[in-house]
Parts: sequence; structure tokens; C-alpha cells
Amino acid sequence: MDVFGSFALVLAFVCAVYAFGGGIAAIITRHPLLIKSTRQAGMATCCLIFLATFSLEYLFFSDNFSIAYVVSHSNRDLSTFYKIAALWSGQEGSLLFWSFLLAIYVFSVLITYRNKNGELMPYVGVVMAGVQIFFLMLNNFVASPFKALAAPGADGVMNYVARADGNGLTPLLQYPEMVIHPPNLYSGYTGFTIPFAFALGALLARYPGEKWIHLTRKWTMIAWTFQSMGILLGAHWAYAVLGWGGYWGWDPVENASFLPWLTGTAFLHSVMMQEKRGMMKVWNVWLVFITFLLCILGTFLTRSGVVSSVHAFAQSSIGTWFVAFLSLIILVCFGAYLKNRDYLKSENQLDSIISRESSFLFNNLILLVSCIAILSGTLFPVFSEWITGDRISVGAPFFNKVNIPIGLLLLFLTGVGPLLAWRKTSTDSLKRNFGWPLAIGLAAGAIGFALGFRQFYSWICLVLCIFVASTIGMEFYRGAKVIGARSGASLVASALELTMRNTRRYGGYIVHMGMVFVFIGLAGAAFNRDIQKDMRQGDTLQIGPYTLVLQGFDTKPEKNYTAQRLLVEVLQNNKPTMMLYPEKRRFSTTEENGTMVAIRSTLQEDLYVVYAGTSPDTQLPVLHAYLNPLVKWIWFGGVVVVFGTLVALLPNRRAVLVLAGAEQPAAAARPMAHGLAPTVTLREGHD
Amino acid sequence: MKKQAKFGVGIGVIVAAMGFLAWLGYGESKTYYHTIAELETLKGSSLSQRMRIGGTVAPGSIRHLTGRIDFVLEGEGKTLPVSYIGTDPLPDTFVDKSQALVEGRPGPEGRFVAELVQAKCASKYEAAPGGKGSATPSPTEKSVM
Repeated sequence: MDVFGSFALVLAFVCAVYAFGGGIAAIITRHPLLIKSTRQAGMATCCLIFLATFSLEYLFFSDNFSIAYVVSHSNRDLSTFYKIAALWSGQEGSLLFWSFLLAIYVFSVLITYRNKNGELMPYVGVVMAGVQIFFLMLNNFVASPFKALAAPGADGVMNYVARADGNGLTPLLQYPEMVIHPPNLYSGYTGFTIPFAFALGALLARYPGEKWIHLTRKWTMIAWTFQSMGILLGAHWAYAVLGWGGYWGWDPVENASFLPWLTGTAFLHSVMMQEKRGMMKVWNVWLVFITFLLCILGTFLTRSGVVSSVHAFAQSSIGTWFVAFLSLIILVCFGAYLKNRDYLKSENQLDSIISRESSFLFNNLILLVSCIAILSGTLFPVFSEWITGDRISVGAPFFNKVNIPIGLLLLFLTGVGPLLAWRKTSTDSLKRNFGWPLAIGLAAGAIGFALGFRQFYSWICLVLCIFVASTIGMEFYRGAKVIGARSGASLVASALELTMRNTRRYGGYIVHMGMVFVFIGLAGAAFNRDIQKDMRQGDTLQIGPYTLVLQGFDTKPEKNYTAQRLLVEVLQNNKPTMMLYPEKRRFSTTEENGTMVAIRSTLQEDLYVVYAGTSPDTQLPVLHAYLNPLVKWIWFGGVVVVFGTLVALLPNRRAVLVLAGAEQPAAAARPMAHGLAPTVTLREGHD
Repeated sequence: MKKQAKFGVGIGVIVAAMGFLAWLGYGESKTYYHTIAELETLKGSSLSQRMRIGGTVAPGSIRHLTGRIDFVLEGEGKTLPVSYIGTDPLPDTFVDKSQALVEGRPGPEGRFVAELVQAKCASKYEAAPGGKGSATPSPTEKSVM
């Protein structure tokens, strides 16, 4: 099966090279048969990558311990669930998994548009094949996952050897989130290849109009959703597994996943400027380019360990390959841009500082500032070594100082932006749209202050969250009232109808609402508390309203590890509430330890209890308890964000001209109607 | 032109404010990376900087004492005695022969006082195939943090 797998990979490489070279020839000659054959070569590449991936999984499931990668990342007792995850638990497998996910995207694109956009698709196919060639080169020649174990025999000749059992999967990875977090994140990273291919293809082909933006919208949103889920699942994994009571530590690998999310978010917003007003064309193309570059950079940072390691550049040979690839992409993007930049001329200019356009502009600006700050902070050790010879890193205070104000500014724009009119907003409409939400927000702030809320940033965050939530609530209420008045349906049914009629707009609002929830959760971090104590049986520990009583210990042997548990009774305001079981796990194959945090999670706060080990002084178990307010809102907000994106991906229920009719009274009152004829294209549901 | 100037001012204010905050954060959290060998050659004020040092935990050197944990880091043939004085429990991955990063300042008598200890980070973790008996050396070994 390993021979089969490596053979499939070699063939995939050959097909990708054909799809690339043949594609270029097809673009030049415009020969229909050549176009068709390169498209099919692209599909064949994908199918061969699928086969290679399945054969590696087969090696895991058949416990084939003659393969180095299987030995390093699996053992016989490993459960089925984690044998699937073992695929992406190391370098070689992760890179194959990258190719695999990219192949899914490429295959879907090739099949979806096989008879459409004939002028554009050959270009897109060439770009996608180019990216695939790079990863297949790594899979084939640099980090092959199919290497067999070999040892010199008595005669000095290398012979294949097989182990009786493998080394097992790292305990830290043996958690359910670790099975779903990397596929999500990688689907995000790989998914941005598609908008990149379309943007670069359209630029090279001088493809007329904004069609490439319409074509890529759903692909970008899919990639963005995966990236969002990946980041949040990673944060949740860190929270539930690492046992330090937090979910985000500004670690280089975390930052790497956050960077393309920021530029991707900026892109999702600024494309609306291009669709509506024909502006920001250069900016949009570059945002896509940069997002893709950051995806490759993220993969590079994660895989090469260039930043977190103590030593200098290029820890593993993979680093050089990535640097070369990044440089090549930058060159190609610049070349394409310089050659065809006249094609990206803007059709309009900014009219007013209080308009939808300018809110998008500022949204983009601060997302970019945040991205640059995080990028420079992450790469600081590398750059400082180049410049001064000293390797200097910056920590959480650097990232927090910049990103907290940026986050709050962004939250503010989340509430304001969608309600500003295109071109220019009148004072009247400002009052009408923001009067009540502002009053509600400030009232909540005043109540909070009176109740002793004194954390500056958290207080601002509270006011803004309530303000933004009210603007969104009001939008739904107003629209639903209009529909309800016509159809006689209830308010909830009308709101649902409203959403289904313009999924993009109202789905967007739901995503914004989800972000508000995430911010509520983040604001709670200012109030985190923790306490640590050596516990004798029967001892108690007090944190907030909770009393923790250590009732005893037990040991639970499991298939792959032995768990030592503390039996902790939780009393809330002196009433018995529940039992918590924080664990230490000892993994038999690797002789390593793992921690299992016990969490009692409510919307109000998390009681987070860690078995922190044995005290060296007293030989007693150490209990470390954290009280983290509002954390659950972050995960809840994430679910809402994903739900909102899915809504936005649905097609609108009815011809939107009907909606334009229904919304006419409200729309007419807004100045946005002036100068922008409410044509069919305008009201296509793209606000 | 006037409108563009307005935008310019808005953008300028945001960028300048963020730059200032970044500079504050930089001053507060900058940490120098050094190897154990470099630490011996440092003099004067550079000895009072906050720094981060990596190495391998010498087998059998971890000793739990009252209020601190002592161990020895090895690297490039040199050794460095370390006292960990932080309050957080050490990570589960911190054991004999594990790769560790310590963060803190050099203390008296050549002993490094660490406030933070990290051991092999999960996302970059690679079990060296040579860990159990011998196996083909793999390039992945190097990606251990």
C-alpha cells in the first residue's frame, strides 16, 4: 500500500505538471481539445491525491509499522477516531493533508465550472495547478509520508524492518477537538487558494467586469467559515487541554492562523465596494493575493518552527522551499499587476466621510493595521536577528495593547457600517438609525458603572456590544414589521421571511451578532481569577461563590492510558451542586502525561479546575481553580457566526424585486436611493 | 481634495495611535533569545535583560524544592542550572530529556531564574522516530520546538 501511495503521488505530480504546462499552451493556442485535456489532467491530479491519502490512512488502520510515519504517530491501541487524526499529526502527513484538502476544492471548482466561463477557467486552472505542483513536490521529494523503515543488516545492506508496535500519538493531540480543529483550519488555509486563483486568473486574462468576484464569493465565504471555526476550535482546545486557564496566548502558530482571517474578513467586506460602486479594485485584488500569501506563510510558520525555535532560520529543509514559493508568488502577483494594472481602474471616488464606503474603508484599514501588527510581532525574532544580530521576541502585552483598541473600533464599525447609506448619510437617518441603540448602550453602560464596573476596556466593550446588538435587533424588527403588516404573519415568522428573502444581508447581520457574542466573552477575561492550593482529603478551597471540597482520589485504567482523578465536590453558595473530576493521564506507550481539565461552564462563568500535579513540599495533590467569567459566550458566538455564514450562502427565497417593493417606504426615506437608481442589479440582494 | 485630507487625517490618527501602543507594548515585553553558550559571553547591562533560553533538560536533574524547582538545561555541550520560581504548574511535557524554553533573567552564581517554562509545543510536536530503539532519522526531528 505504501508503494501504491507513493506511486499515486508521483503520478499526481506528473498530471499537475501537465495541467500547468498544457494549460499555458491551451491559453496561447486556444485549442478546445487542449483546454479539455488540461482540465481533465487537473481532475486526475485530485483523484490521485485522494488515492494517496486513503492509502496512508489504510496503512494506519492496518497497523503497518514498517512505515516510519505510522510508527511515529500511531500504535495498536490507538482508537479509530485518532487513527484518522494521526494523518495530520506530523509534518509529512500534514503536508499530504494540505494537498488532499486543496484537491477537494480544485476538483469542485473544475467540475462546477466545466462548461462555464470558458475564457477565464483555463487561467484559473493553471494557477491552481501551480499551487498543487508546489505541494506535490513537497509530498514527493521533501517530506514523503510513505518512507519505510530500514536498517543495515549483518552484511551492511539496508533491509526493510517492521516494528511490533508504534510510538503512539502525542497525548496532547488525543482530544476530540484535535480531530476536528486541524481539518477546519487547513480547509481555511487551502480554501483561500480558490479566490486567489480566480483573482490572479481574472487579472491575467483581463476578464471583464466584476464577475470573478461573484464567482468567488461563496468559495471565499466557505474558506473564511472554516478558518473561523478552525481558530475557535484551536482556542477551545488550548483552553480545555493545556490547563493554563486561557484560550489565546499570541503564540506564533495561533497568530499565523489569525492573519489570513483578518485579511479575508477585510476582503469579504471590501468586495461590496467593488460590486456596488466599482471602487477598490486594486485593493481587492491585492487583499486576495495577501490573504493567500498569509495562508502559505501560516503553513510555513506552523510546519517549519522558524519563529518559536531558539535557533536561527530554516530549522527544517522545508523552510527554504516555502520561502522560495512565497517569493515566487510575490513575483508573479507583482508581474501580473504591473502588466495589467490599467484593467483595475476605479470608477468612483469617495464622496463623504460618513458613508458606507468610508466605513468599509476604515474597517479594511484597521483590519490591516491589526494584521501588520500581529505579523510584525510574530516575525520580530526573525527580523531583529537580521537587523541587529539579537533575536528579540515580543509577548502578549505587545499584541494586546494594539489589538484590544482595534477590536473595539471594529466592533463599533460592525454596528455603524451596515446602517450607513452609500455615498452620503444624512443627519436625519443617523438619528433614526442610531438614536435608540446609542441610548440603550449608554444606559447599560451607566447601570454597569453604577454597579461597580470599572475595567475601562471591558466597560467600553459592554456599551458597544449592547449598542451593536440593538442596531441589529432594530434592523430585523423594522424589516419584519413591514412584512408582517402586509402578510399578517407574526413578528418571528416575518423576521424569518425577511432573512430568507435577502440571505446575504441578514445572514451578515447574524454573523455580526455572533461577533458581538464573541466580544462579550472576550471582555470577561478582564475579570478572571484563580487560586491554587495543596489539598488533603476533605480540604476546601473557596473561589467566588464556589466551595471546592476534595472528596478523594481514584485511578482508572483505560485502553491507552491510566487516569488519576481527583473527586471534587462543588458547592455553590454552600449548596451541593455537582462533582468535578480533573484528571492526570499517563500514556503507557510514550510515558508522557496529559491533563484533563474539569470545567463547569455556564453563560455567566466557567469554573475551571485543574489537577496541577503533586506538591513537592507536602506530597499532596495540588488543585488549581480558575473562575473565568463569560467564556462560554465565545464558543456560542462562534456557532452563531457559522450559522450566519451558512444563511448568507443560501440563495434568496424570492425574486428580490418583490422585496424592493416591500421595503420601499423605508428605503425611500433613506438618501441612498438618490443618485443610485434602484435597478435590478442594485437590489439583487447584495447589500 | 478636502475630503481626501479628512480621510488622511483619520487614517493618520489611527496608524499613529496604534504605532504608539505597539511601541509601549514592545518596551514592556521584549525578550532576548540566547543560547546557553552565548549567555556566558554576555556582559554588563545585557545581563539584566529579560531573555529566553532553550535547551534539553538534563536527565535526573529535576529537583522539587520549597517554592522553586531546580533543573539543569543542556545545549551545545554547555550546561545551565535553572531555578523555576513561577506559580504555574510545569507543563506535562516537561520531563527528563525534553526540549524546554525558559524565560526570565540571569541570577546570582550563574543560576538562571525562570518565571516561565515551556516544553515542546503540541502543534509543532514530533515524536522523534529514534525515541524508542533506532529508526531512520527523519527531517521531522528538527521541527521539535
